[in-house]
Amino acid sequence: MAIPVAYNLRNLIVRKTTTLMTALGIALTVAVLLAMMALLGGLRSTLSSSGDPLQILVMRKGSETELVSNFTREQFQDLKFKAGIARTASGDPMASLEVVTVINLASVDAPEGMNVTVRGLLPIGLEMRKGLKLSSGRWFDSGKRELVVGKSVAQRYPSAGVGKHITFGRGDWEVVGVMDAGQSAQNSEIFGDLNQVSSDLDRTEVLSSALLRAPDAGAAAALLNSINDDQRLNMNAVSEKEYYALQTQAAAPIEYIGIFVAVIMAIGSSFAAMNTMYAAVARRSREIGTLRVLGFSQGSILFSFFLESVLLAALGGLLGCLLVFPLNGVTTGIGSTTFSELAFAFRVTPQIMFAGLLFATVLGAVGGLFPARMAAKKEILVALREV
Amino acid sequence: MFRYIPLIVKNCWRNRRRTTLTIISVGVSMCLLGVLMAVYHAMYLSDPTPEQALRLVTRNRISLTVQIPQYYMERIRQVPGVKEIMPSQWYNGVYKDARDPKNFFARFGVDPEKMFKIYTELRIPEDQKQAFIRDRTGTVIGRDLADKFNFHLGDRITLTGDIFPGTLELTVRGIFDSPRKSEVLYFNWAYVREGLPEARKGDVGTFNILCDSPAVVSRVGTTIDDMFRNSPVQTRTETEQAFTLAFASMLGNVKMFLFSICAAVMFTVLLVSANTMAMSVRERVREVGVLKTLGFTGGNILMIILGEACVISVAGGAIGFLLSTFLTSGIRKSPAGFFLPPIHPFDPSVAAACILVALVIGLSSSFVPAWGASRTPIVEALRSTD
Repeated sequence: MAIPVAYNLRNLIVRKTTTLMTALGIALTVAVLLAMMALLGGLRSTLSSSGDPLQILVMRKGSETELVSNFTREQFQDLKFKAGIARTASGDPMASLEVVTVINLASVDAPEGMNVTVRGLLPIGLEMRKGLKLSSGRWFDSGKRELVVGKSVAQRYPSAGVGKHITFGRGDWEVVGVMDAGQSAQNSEIFGDLNQVSSDLDRTEVLSSALLRAPDAGAAAALLNSINDDQRLNMNAVSEKEYYALQTQAAAPIEYIGIFVAVIMAIGSSFAAMNTMYAAVARRSREIGTLRVLGFSQGSILFSFFLESVLLAALGGLLGCLLVFPLNGVTTGIGSTTFSELAFAFRVTPQIMFAGLLFATVLGAVGGLFPARMAAKKEILVALREV
Repeated sequence: MFRYIPLIVKNCWRNRRRTTLTIISVGVSMCLLGVLMAVYHAMYLSDPTPEQALRLVTRNRISLTVQIPQYYMERIRQVPGVKEIMPSQWYNGVYKDARDPKNFFARFGVDPEKMFKIYTELRIPEDQKQAFIRDRTGTVIGRDLADKFNFHLGDRITLTGDIFPGTLELTVRGIFDSPRKSEVLYFNWAYVREGLPEARKGDVGTFNILCDSPAVVSRVGTTIDDMFRNSPVQTRTETEQAFTLAFASMLGNVKMFLFSICAAVMFTVLLVSANTMAMSVRERVREVGVLKTLGFTGGNILMIILGEACVISVAGGAIGFLLSTFLTSGIRKSPAGFFLPPIHPFDPSVAAACILVALVIGLSSSFVPAWGASRTPIVEALRSTD
């Protein structure tokens, strides 16, 4: 026969100081793990919602990121008239030649400056990015030193608000608008006119990359293959979606550090839970004897103490979730493989919280197993005699 | 006071299992704290090495990815206090297959004649150095890189350009030893430069500068930046240490990250230790009564219990620090070590900080139960049945 769960709950409540201290220790461990997971979750969700499966990013062969790619106007002329590219209403191919660079701006977090991507493009490039809309101000005019910043840039960099001036290239650039790209990585970029940006950077002929749009998924795959197979073009085409998916690599160091920290803290707090449970077993020796006299089996005592430890840890897990919850939606940024900052928000999802609870119960189970075994192994007479 | 030490140690050891578990628990957490503190110390608090203290890096003010004109070099050389200067260019490139991150290592184009004059801490046999200077297509690589790919003198290394056109065929002419992680390759920048289109020939990534003495370094830096303030391309000159740090801060807000984990770890240790002490005091209220009957004062009791907590947590702290030295030397040897400032595996100030934190945690975690025990009246304590 099993010992009622209420017995364990009451025991936890009676020793509330010890219970709370042990649970808080576990809560902090869970909180650290969850914070990392929320960070990674936010980053992944931003990257996976960036990029359109119908769009193809073309770079120089051998280049893995736009920043290190070089792309001449001549090459673009050859590329633009390839078969399988969607057309605009006016019949122009949906192909956007772009230049990408990085500038250093002082941010809220880093007064000494963080790298931000600046992208020069033509109106067709804006048209092709379907999820992009202007949230304040206006778009830049061609031939002027005007910029439109992503909403994360506007939030995180005080020097990049509407009406402010940013100096790079050959002069001052005025910020004339803020764009909202939904969840996409473009929120961390700054857009300007292709010709103005490239001439300011002294690279009017050698730009960075091209973005193409295919009318449907089949055409996109065909276009991708035909560019990659074209020896004369010597270019590397990837689906825009895949390009951003590859950037989740940037999170790898954080992931390793997070797991490392969580594992070490987990060892510490499972020992603490073990300590608490050993003390509980020692103090309740007579109770255990009494339970045995009443006819509860060794197995049910083992299970009861084990359950108590798991309950204790689960309480810690719940507290950990509560501790992390306020992080949900907080914006932060990390350096990405594109050598510039990518902003995203922490995402504390139910799945993550569930993982945290599970992690806590595993901690409790590890910590509770030996004390529970000790409780079950006690001789009835010895247990009853103990003070 | 010292005569109580045997009593304190005996008390620690009366419940061996609990003490052991607590020490392990505190030790493991303090080990993590030790690693974080060592990284923090290396990044933000440590003095530059004597070699680093003499070096500056000049780059384009816009960002590291935008180049600066090569002709600036002649003007910078004129600045009083500048001993040597060389251009340096990050050559990204692809070795074998870029999709496998294992194939990534740092590749720089430099001036072979100047390189070892500026990086004085790099050790290379004189004949290998001369061979590198003579062979335009030569390269020198770090010992760690040579070990990783099993490169030997005379081996060919082919890099495919991405930022720069063409492929680079290099011959290993030297292998150098560095106090830091050295998964890095240096080649003669002139070799790539001569193949560039006319428009790109005149630009370079950064200038690495060696100054005469540490005293002039900061003045040289401001003089250089002031000199180009009104030029079309403005510069930003910083110490090599700050430059390396800027690289690491690319990962995000590292300071905040380290701080919040440290805080969480310390608080966990505090809870664990407080819990242990509370349990330990609770089960010997009667004993405290007996001690008081024998003539121990409240102050004595307070000290004995505080001492016990300190012994346990300091033992944990010491074990934790020793464990952390293994982990920090691991970080130093990992590929990330090249981009981090040198981390000392056994840093006395980190050790002191670990012990100090442990001591403070021991004292603060046991104060409440110790205070309570020292104030319990004798009769009440003796009557306690728990």
